[in-house]
Amino acid sequence: MIVATNLALLAFLVITACAIARMRNLFVVTMLSGIYSLLSATVFVLLDAVDVAFTEAAVGAGITTVLLLGALLLSNSEARPRKHRFAHYGPLLLVILMGSALIYATLDPRMPKFGGAQAPAHTRVAPEYLRDTVRQVGRSKPTPVHIPNVVTTTLASYRGFDTLGEVVVIFTAGVAVMILLGGGTYRQRRRRGKASEAGKADG
Amino acid sequence: MWDLFLSHYNYWIVIFLMMIGFYIVMSRHNLVKKLIGLNIFQTSVFLFYISVGKVSDGTAPIITQDISRYSNPLPHVLILTAIVVGVATTSLGLALVVRLKEAYGTIEEDEINDMDAAD
Repeated sequence: MIVATNLALLAFLVITACAIARMRNLFVVTMLSGIYSLLSATVFVLLDAVDVAFTEAAVGAGITTVLLLGALLLSNSEARPRKHRFAHYGPLLLVILMGSALIYATLDPRMPKFGGAQAPAHTRVAPEYLRDTVRQVGRSKPTPVHIPNVVTTTLASYRGFDTLGEVVVIFTAGVAVMILLGGGTYRQRRRRGKASEAGKADG
Repeated sequence: MWDLFLSHYNYWIVIFLMMIGFYIVMSRHNLVKKLIGLNIFQTSVFLFYISVGKVSDGTAPIITQDISRYSNPLPHVLILTAIVVGVATTSLGLALVVRLKEAYGTIEEDEINDMDAAD
């Protein structure tokens, strides 16, 4: 059952991505990218990544769509059709070559199988975090790290500095956006101010 | 054959989505569409990490009494960080698009290049 759902949802993802590539109306593209994010969030639930699914649904399908709509409001909402008819054949060829090379690489027998418990990714650090959290939860008295969700404990405790770095990145991006867009409104205000002065001089 | 298909299906879909995103970034001139292509590329990488972290017959890594098989929580943590950073970069890109629209009156990359060449 889970396998069938996985197959179907991933096929839907591919269809949505193809539609995004074909559409020229940017409003439609924005809505489709929201659908794409929501579908990928469902796939994440299926693959046991519930925290990631929460974040993807809230941030990917929510905030990104709002940001895209805001950007469309301030710029065009229709992409111009391409000028040269054959201009996309070069990228298409490159993408097909690269994709077949990558698929060839997955056929290597050393490539871990999907869902395999012995994959190298499961053998090193993660089991220690899991075992540690199981030990903490198993105690009768609560300990400082007494949270059953291993993703939360890893994010906030074992890998807390990474999360701090993430906050720094978001802060930097926010400051950069404010510099970029705030400057624009300032210029417009000045232009409007000059225009009204000119109007007064004429009157 | 069916086993090979099931054990590699997620990887192949990830590669296909990644290539669609890459194709959009390369072949479309519209800057908003390029950013959306970049988002598709990014999400395909997220899917790859989460697929690697999945353990068959495992559950979500939330510790409970009578379950002993969990999926790998480490890729989840990495991707949680990556999603939020992805939104930060998207918003920065969109702010640049809005400023370009103010300065050039268009968001088509080739038209902007033509204007720069004409100056």
